[in-house]
Amino acid sequence: MKKERYLLLILLILIWQGLCSFNLIPRYKLSSPVEIVLGLVELIKIGVPPGHLLHHHVLYSLYRVALGYGVAALLAIPLGLLMGWFPRLRRMISPIIEVVRPIPPLAWIPIAIVWFGIGIKSAAFIIFLGAFFPILLNTIAGVLSINPILIEAARTLQAKEKDIFYKVLLPGSVPNIFVGMRVGLGVGWMTLVAAEFTGVREGFGLGYMIMTARDIQRPDEILAGMLVIGLIGLLINAGLKVTESRALRWR
Amino acid sequence: MTLELLGLSKTFYGANESEAVHALDHIEYRIESGRFVGIIGPSGCGKTTLLRIIAGLEKASEGKVLLDGKEMLQGSETVGMVFQEYALFPWRTTLQNIEMGLEIRGVDREKRRLTAMEYIKQFGLSGFENRYPRELSGGMKQRVAIARTLIMNPRVVLMDEPFGSLDSQTRNGMQEFLLKIWQERGDTIIFVTHNVDEAVFLSDEIVVLSRRPGRIIKRVEVNIPRPRDRTSEECNRIRRDILRVLEVEMKKEERER
Repeated sequence: MKKERYLLLILLILIWQGLCSFNLIPRYKLSSPVEIVLGLVELIKIGVPPGHLLHHHVLYSLYRVALGYGVAALLAIPLGLLMGWFPRLRRMISPIIEVVRPIPPLAWIPIAIVWFGIGIKSAAFIIFLGAFFPILLNTIAGVLSINPILIEAARTLQAKEKDIFYKVLLPGSVPNIFVGMRVGLGVGWMTLVAAEFTGVREGFGLGYMIMTARDIQRPDEILAGMLVIGLIGLLINAGLKVTESRALRWR
Repeated sequence: MTLELLGLSKTFYGANESEAVHALDHIEYRIESGRFVGIIGPSGCGKTTLLRIIAGLEKASEGKVLLDGKEMLQGSETVGMVFQEYALFPWRTTLQNIEMGLEIRGVDREKRRLTAMEYIKQFGLSGFENRYPRELSGGMKQRVAIARTLIMNPRVVLMDEPFGSLDSQTRNGMQEFLLKIWQERGDTIIFVTHNVDEAVFLSDEIVVLSRRPGRIIKRVEVNIPRPRDRTSEECNRIRRDILRVLEVEMKKEERER
């Protein structure tokens, strides 16, 4: 049954390679699958720019994401729990959230550079903005989704406010928090690349790598880079899903 | 230990004055230690509200609840509650659900675990201590809920139609189970139900509430020795008595519509 899943994908790749091999698609527009794989090998062995190997770029990008995402989660989860629990707080902060949230993280790039200069801080800030709102909103939804009867049951067991917070609200919100974290990670990872387009001081990062590949007119390497970005995104998401299903055995 | 309900009234206010719902009207009642009291009444008569006021989940509009002459404080060690929908914490195993109250109280882990395991054994839940609520049947879930409440040794145990979600065979079994536990422990139990048969089978005394606003309209002492035969003439007599009173209340409701 597993094999069936990849059937369509393989078919598409074969058609694609066929179209390229018979020169039905100009090379400069779309490289063939084979060329992309070869480009990938070159990225791994030689690097773009030369000497900056693929795994360097990957590590730098991951580091930026980890920073921006880590701060986002550390702020959004507690804030979300509090906003979920205290209606007044929620009413006060919501307008601010609703105004800032629609602004695309990338629109913040100019001001981020003014505030933090070009470098890891501004890239991490953009990623932070991308990840923060999904995590926050899903955490709030998590608290609000808790059946009130559970809170009452806890009260009849003599729970005080802090008991309710740590023993009911927090565990009860975990499923939604995970959803928020996965979405936030997805957005954060996607934002990363564009954030890196604007410039990274050290010359490392997947976004930077793709931009350089464009500058030297290597579409095969551009596409190989995109493939790597997609695969890493997939792996991180899969990793989170595994953690999630272990933590949510009770479902 | 005496629990007194003095002139308890409750009104729920809607958006405007005309939407006020009078749930309870001057409930006066006294319960002695170790008694099993059944409360029965038509739907919407305020029986759940009454329980919630005693539990401290709701504030009375008028009147007081006194325990041994003193007003009860919310969150004190006096009252435990079992809900119809079990209200088990889905992310906690059977064991963890049962020890929840002890955990909140600060009892150390070893002691908690031992005490909880005793209850698990006594309540026929052995082998299920590490299962999650979604893996348990309705009857098991309710047993966990009852264990979770009784392990705290509350002065008064409130039960809000605890067997309402169960099929009738499981329900009868649970009634017998509850009686057995009660006879061993001697808790004071206030048991709300829709089911007259259940009330007659279980209670020392049955309190019948009128339709909204709920008032006590009848008190029936059930002196039949236990174990009771549901089909006996004595039980039937009391059932008829109560059903008649409830019928009158329902007719009044219909006339008003």
